[in-house]
Amino acid sequence: MAAVESLPPGTPSAMRNAFGTVLSALILVLIGVLAFSIRLFSVIKYESVIHEFDPYFNYRVTQFLSKNGIYEFWNWFDDRTWYPLGRVIGGTVYPGLTLTAGTIWWVLNAINIPLSVETVCVFTAPVFSAFASWATYLLTKEVKGSGAGLAAAALLAMVPSYISRSVAGSYDNEAVAIFALIFTFYLYIKTLNTGSLFYATLNAIAYFYMVCSWGGYTFIINLIPMHVLLCIVTGRYSPRLYIAYAPLVVLGTLLAALVPVVGFNAVLTSEHFASFLVFIIIHVVALVYYIKGILTPKMFKVAVTLVVSIGLVVCLIVVAVLVALVASSPTGGWSGRSLSLLDPTYASKYIPIIASVSEHQPPTWPSYFMDINVLAFLVPAGIIACFSPLSDASSFVVLYIVMSVYFSGVMVRLMLVLAPAACIMSGIALSQAFDVFTGSIKYQLSSKSKDDAEDNTSTKNAPKDDASSGKADKGEEVAKERLSKKGKKKEREPAEKPSVKSKIVKKKALVLPLEASIVALLLLIMLGAFYVIHCVWAAAEAYSAPSIVLTSQSHDGLHVFDDFRESYAWLSHNTDVDDKVASWWDYGYQTTAMANRTVIVDNNTWNNTHIATVGTAMSSPEKAAWEIFNSLDVKYVLVVFGGVIGYPSDDINKFLWMVRIGGGEFPHIKEADYLRDGQYRIDSEATPTMLNCLMYKLCYYRFVETDGKGYDRVRRTEIGKKHFKLTHFEEVFTSHHWMVRIYKLKPQKNRIRGRVKKLKQKTSSGVSSKSVKKNPWM
Amino acid sequence: MAARIWIFSVAVALFLSFSSGHDLQIVNAERRIDLSSHIVKAFLTLKVENIGKDPAADMLLAFTPTQIKHLSMVQAMAITGKKKKKTYLPLDVKPTEQPDAPNDTGYFLVSFATPLTPGETVTLEVLYILTHSLEPFPSEIAQSESQLVYYRDSAVILSPYHIKQQTTFFKTPSARVESFTSVDPANRAGKEIKYGPYEDRAPYSYAPVIVHFENNSPFAVVEELVREIEISHWGSLQITENYRLTHGGARHKGVFSRVDYQSRRSISGSSSFNALLAVLPPKVNSVYYRDNIGNISTSHLRTGFKKSELEFEPRYPLFGGWRATFIIGYRVPLEDYLFEAPDGRRYLNFTFGCPLVETIVNKLTIKVVLPEGSKDPSAVLPFTVNQDLQVKYSYLDIVGRTVVVLQKDNVVPTHNVPFQVYYTFKPIYMLAEPFMLVSAFFFVFVASLAYVHIDLNIVKK
Repeated sequence: MAAVESLPPGTPSAMRNAFGTVLSALILVLIGVLAFSIRLFSVIKYESVIHEFDPYFNYRVTQFLSKNGIYEFWNWFDDRTWYPLGRVIGGTVYPGLTLTAGTIWWVLNAINIPLSVETVCVFTAPVFSAFASWATYLLTKEVKGSGAGLAAAALLAMVPSYISRSVAGSYDNEAVAIFALIFTFYLYIKTLNTGSLFYATLNAIAYFYMVCSWGGYTFIINLIPMHVLLCIVTGRYSPRLYIAYAPLVVLGTLLAALVPVVGFNAVLTSEHFASFLVFIIIHVVALVYYIKGILTPKMFKVAVTLVVSIGLVVCLIVVAVLVALVASSPTGGWSGRSLSLLDPTYASKYIPIIASVSEHQPPTWPSYFMDINVLAFLVPAGIIACFSPLSDASSFVVLYIVMSVYFSGVMVRLMLVLAPAACIMSGIALSQAFDVFTGSIKYQLSSKSKDDAEDNTSTKNAPKDDASSGKADKGEEVAKERLSKKGKKKEREPAEKPSVKSKIVKKKALVLPLEASIVALLLLIMLGAFYVIHCVWAAAEAYSAPSIVLTSQSHDGLHVFDDFRESYAWLSHNTDVDDKVASWWDYGYQTTAMANRTVIVDNNTWNNTHIATVGTAMSSPEKAAWEIFNSLDVKYVLVVFGGVIGYPSDDINKFLWMVRIGGGEFPHIKEADYLRDGQYRIDSEATPTMLNCLMYKLCYYRFVETDGKGYDRVRRTEIGKKHFKLTHFEEVFTSHHWMVRIYKLKPQKNRIRGRVKKLKQKTSSGVSSKSVKKNPWM
Repeated sequence: MAARIWIFSVAVALFLSFSSGHDLQIVNAERRIDLSSHIVKAFLTLKVENIGKDPAADMLLAFTPTQIKHLSMVQAMAITGKKKKKTYLPLDVKPTEQPDAPNDTGYFLVSFATPLTPGETVTLEVLYILTHSLEPFPSEIAQSESQLVYYRDSAVILSPYHIKQQTTFFKTPSARVESFTSVDPANRAGKEIKYGPYEDRAPYSYAPVIVHFENNSPFAVVEELVREIEISHWGSLQITENYRLTHGGARHKGVFSRVDYQSRRSISGSSSFNALLAVLPPKVNSVYYRDNIGNISTSHLRTGFKKSELEFEPRYPLFGGWRATFIIGYRVPLEDYLFEAPDGRRYLNFTFGCPLVETIVNKLTIKVVLPEGSKDPSAVLPFTVNQDLQVKYSYLDIVGRTVVVLQKDNVVPTHNVPFQVYYTFKPIYMLAEPFMLVSAFFFVFVASLAYVHIDLNIVKK
């Protein structure tokens, strides 16, 4: 549908054009099918199920939405999480994804297609990646024509970075947000190219959708002002730019403020200030241009001095106000995540909870190769192609790629923002290269048939030599060189153009020798093939595991480790519906969604103290931990333990973060107590604090009885303390492969008369002063 | 003590035997009660004689109120012929009410094939099945303990008729019997406890006994089972079964230790179960086994010519009182189950009951979803069930599909007998949905054609 609509509506009279339109529509449909189906590996290899952590929350919200309707959803106060605080879901969640899936579900059910909410959620991401590739086509078409558009769309359909966030089942905000991002950029460029207020309005609406969907909308509202500023600075101001920008800021900000989670942040936080500043600047500039238009040059000079001085004053006032506002808030008006973007070391210094998330770490070089593969080599060529000639649109994509490269370098998660930019650039590069090569082949063939007397001119020999020398190199390099060469050629071209016969010279300048072109074409195709193979591999092997069910291939067949769901199912069927389950925050979303039990903390890490309380409990000795948990009304404690089967991301490996986060709030927990000579270990060398903390005990309780030695397969060592008893907790469930262990808090013991006094004396002297700090809930 | 009860019962019975229609007496009765699983099966062999003056067309079977509550089914057959030439003739059994039933006794009326003339005798075989009749004691056990249960019954058969001679056998699953009430003569040999023979017991004699024995067979109770059978005339029958399973035995107490469960399987967790067997129809395909959070990967399917067997495990072993829910779905070819009746109607012939072996279903709902456009549905079953009609909207339905809902409580594997649902259906309805899809595409293309060719501009360019 979208493909059909995306085509230019006007019917070209020429048969050739009509054929091209139909062909590109067909290609687009196929690209959509490709984008959708390459993401189904997870369903085929595993099952149709929601993946990982956050998607479970989104799924749960969608279930609520589909059951109770939109108004209940806005007012939803969730008491199943962050016990005893609860969470206002309607006001703290980006509703775009859930509303989208909820609407799809509602429409399907209205026409009697009874798909379950889960099915709709699982397939939302693949559907939207098809939309995203079509949006990429539109965007790139606005920049460099439909050939580049098709190439970019095909590249985006299977770029691994995007696949990693949008396989079937990965029901996360990014799934729809990337589409919204690209589409917003497309509408911005479209407005910039046409100057149509219609598109400007659509742009604001697309921006609104993006705001609804993902916190990454701040990228848009900073990137577009930067581009506007760039255009103004480089003297590219035009009324079209004004149309593209001013309505977006006004309408976009108003619309963004409608989203409860953003609200007044749309005008209050520093992330949005750049847009307002540029908004003022563009008005000043517009005024200058207007006055310039109506005044004679002489009068204008007078006016300039006047306006500039007034403008400066206004700007200064605004800047002063902004500075005052920013300075008044402790973080300078920036949220923690944004700050860690601007200062990559910020999170690890001040907010361990952000730093503890693996996707907030800076990426490594191999991850670039893994996630965007050959695009990394094509991007420079694309950038060069964008400079010849530089238009408003192409300057925008150049700015986009530069910014996203920086952001992706800070946080591996933002590789996702880089991926579309890389695809657009590479699409442009590929398409230009193909243009040149096929063009020269065509020219060579046609000229050969005519006559080859005047063909071998000196203009052509030079590039031929260059090309043949580069041919020996590897495929990527050849392509790159060729592309950059072509870029240079194109740059040179305008200089040559005005000289003599305009068309022939242009053609000749771009002509390469036949053999070289054919070889280069083949190499380019090989490069593309390599990319496709890599993408399919990444989609099938690297990114399709749902992570709630693990499989391992061994000599005696496939092993399935379904322990998470085993224990969540156990919790949901065999505990009381109001029981509270404490676990590290990673498992909060899954517990609420799959086990339907109240949790203390979950993956929405909004309350650091609360998480620190749980971290403290996990790192405290049994009795203290029991007291903390008991005061939180916890009935069950869930730990994830990989020592039996060798599952590395278990709680023992995450334990240092618990200590760090707990210690950040409650200073009696010291990281050094858990480390022996700076090393984290659980064997006989481990510190007594470590061996006596709750996490160690809950993980290794009766572990030694499995093999007699207590050999931990993740840490590859025998555990330090093997035989011990639990006094305040009792094991109530351990999953088949020991990955999840659930303990119940033992009820409080009856007080015996003589001992009460003793206890009282003890507590009055020792604990009372500490307990205030130890546990805020007591 | 027992003697006193008898005297009381005799008094009541004498009064009653006049009120009941016929003068029958039971010459010889043998009762075998099978306690080896949690479904209690009792086989009665009765030799009935008409000692009255009028021919008797039927006789009564009496049950205590607790038995009535747990009674799942009663079947009776008349035996004719001797030894090898025995033939069994099923008889009609239906619940009935008697005006002056003592102590709320419940009755079933067995109608003879031919009325019993005075002096004639007939041999009857009666099978009745009781559910939830084994009471765990102790009611809570730890992981390593084995499960002991009480079974309460009477040493003599409760009957509105005089019984000349009778014997009762209880068969326990293992030789471990903690205790049993002694009513002379009573003795135990291995897995069998024998009460009797007792001579000349008056109507409504009752001698309560309690047998306390070990029973570690899986107490698999399906609290609710909803089976949806969707008929598609395009060639298949889609069956979806929603189970809510529980372990109906002694409640699990305290710790569940995986170490003990894995290393000492034979003694630890002997009362628990984690493997179940479902008998599915032959030629079954597209079988799935999941619950509402995804696939459950522990199942094996063996298909055969007569039946298919799905061996599966719930996500975790079930101890007493633990619950699990899951869904089993499968598809079978239509031609094996859907037939055309001579009067032109179609009928579905499918098996009632629950495919799981040795399970009790507390509440069974079978929904037969007929294709859209079918009319006049009627269900034919060999026993009484609650029937209802619903409408369901499935893929691209406009008027909805008629759903025949059959609901029955207390279902045991003996209820797995064929039932039929008759309905009329015109094959032309099958084309409705393809036609809708085709026309939708057609209109999309027509609309885009129109959009391309019509100039919507107000101002001529």
